Amino acid sequence: MKNAHTLSAQRRNKTILSAVLAVICVVYVLPVLTVLINSFKLNTYVKTDTFALPRGEMWAGFSNFVKGMTFGSYPFWKSVCYSVVITVLSTGLILLCTSMAAWYIARVDSKVCHIVYYLCVFSMVVPFQMVMYTLSKTADTLKLNTPWTIPIVYLGFGAGLAIFMFVGFVKSIPLEIEEAASIDGCSPVRTYFSVVMPMLKPTMVSVGILEIMWIWNDYLLPYLVLDINEYRTIPIHIQYLKGSYGTVDLGATMALILLSIIPVIIFYLTCQKHIIKGVAAGAVKG
Amino acid sequence: MKKKKHAPSSALSRPLRKWWWLFMGPVVAAFIIGFVWPFIQGIYLSFCQFRLISDAKFTGVSNYVKAFNDASFRHAFWYTALFAVVSLVLINVLAFAVAYALTQGIKGSNLFRTVFFMPNLIGGIVLGYIWSMIFDGILSRYGTSILLQTKYGFWGLIILMCWQQIGYMMIIYIAGLQSVPEDMLEAARIDGASKSQTLFRVTIPNVMPSITICTFLSLTNGFKLFDQNLALTAGQPFQIQAGGTAIKTTEMLALNIYNTFYGQTSGSQGVAQAKAVIFFVLVAGLGLAQLAYTRKKEVQQ
Repeated sequence: MKNAHTLSAQRRNKTILSAVLAVICVVYVLPVLTVLINSFKLNTYVKTDTFALPRGEMWAGFSNFVKGMTFGSYPFWKSVCYSVVITVLSTGLILLCTSMAAWYIARVDSKVCHIVYYLCVFSMVVPFQMVMYTLSKTADTLKLNTPWTIPIVYLGFGAGLAIFMFVGFVKSIPLEIEEAASIDGCSPVRTYFSVVMPMLKPTMVSVGILEIMWIWNDYLLPYLVLDINEYRTIPIHIQYLKGSYGTVDLGATMALILLSIIPVIIFYLTCQKHIIKGVAAGAVKG
Repeated sequence: MKKKKHAPSSALSRPLRKWWWLFMGPVVAAFIIGFVWPFIQGIYLSFCQFRLISDAKFTGVSNYVKAFNDASFRHAFWYTALFAVVSLVLINVLAFAVAYALTQGIKGSNLFRTVFFMPNLIGGIVLGYIWSMIFDGILSRYGTSILLQTKYGFWGLIILMCWQQIGYMMIIYIAGLQSVPEDMLEAARIDGASKSQTLFRVTIPNVMPSITICTFLSLTNGFKLFDQNLALTAGQPFQIQAGGTAIKTTEMLALNIYNTFYGQTSGSQGVAQAKAVIFFVLVAGLGLAQLAYTRKKEVQQ
């Protein structure tokens, strides 16, 4: 009797908890919804009626999106393209190069390997401000200031975490398989691509997710390294719109912000499981 | 077992060594360009006066003296420290509470988790503008703005960071809570422990590693914050000091360093680089403290 009582009480508590969390969830989504409604609102009403639905005279239709496309005398689609190019190239380069180096570090016991490994770990605690001035000058001198060459800068500055995570994983997989391949006359390069790389796949996904999240949203590094009259990523473009004009068209800015969030949310909803796993793995190690 | 680790079978490592240039070359070259060289040059330049790197003149520690005497830098330090501690406490308490609630087997846990984590994928600049619109939408009704009062800027940034980071820390806490041994909780229940007793005596001691990670993560995140600070208030409002110099009251350390490098006053790059070195020592110190602390814990376990 008593048991049944506590059970029903427990069920009731869980329902209450669910309801409370549902309310918090709605509050959590509100900022994004605010962006959505304001992107359809005429500029003059964004500041005065931020939380009102865009009805009647406030309704701007798609004019904000049309205006946003060429806002700040820079086409928005160009910054989307540069963001995609930089993120894809950098992540690809980081995954390929650091996983190869990590395998070498884990399997060859030499002084250089130890030094590189500990320098990588060290680089993880160095904030970007420490190297931003000298790094941007070095990148300028070496002509790394285009979207096609900036991946090298990302590889250099972002190698730390990737190498750290890959080395940790390689050390946990048994040597025997690679040894067998090697004894059978398989060259190291082939051993890497046909034996090691497939085993590294789960870690590659985790590292890739972390790098994508970092590079896609990164503002300061590309801002300092790239020639921003020529090349702007999405964060640079949005910051430029807000920063350089006294009066900003808030409606158009919100339309651009909405356009830049939508792909991120779609990406999140499609690979949610991997993203959450990757974040957990990166945090526990970093 | 141990021996193997020190001599990774020569069958593999000897042929591999011949390929060092392919496996190590790209990373080492990029690492030198992107980290090692700028780092060394940065340390050197912090002792120099320069406008261009090519005409740097060695001036000893004078940059450091100027940096410590800079009222705006000292203000930014205390402001950042206060921000880091307040956001640390709020984020971790709330994230733990949410994670605890989500591991009670309630309906809709997955949906809630998805929603709470979502803000993490939006970049700092975009987040800053979303929230500056929201805060101004609220504050404009009272005839004020987030840019007009330091306390609005401070709490605005706290709310923004909570919104962004709670989901992230929640993920780590959920992983920790799921690893608490079921039989321990069962034993506590059979022994008649109350819910709060179980929480404080069994659950929390078992998720201590997650708590340590999250604490340090939110502390260093708070110290390194830049994008959100720039986009939300960019340091406004100003306050005029007795000497006639203005300090930006909501400017955090990273932004202060940035403004010293690229701001109006030219010739202050040396001071800015010295500030950056101080900043690095501070952040690295926190990171190493974390490492030492977790190592100690691991040994105890």
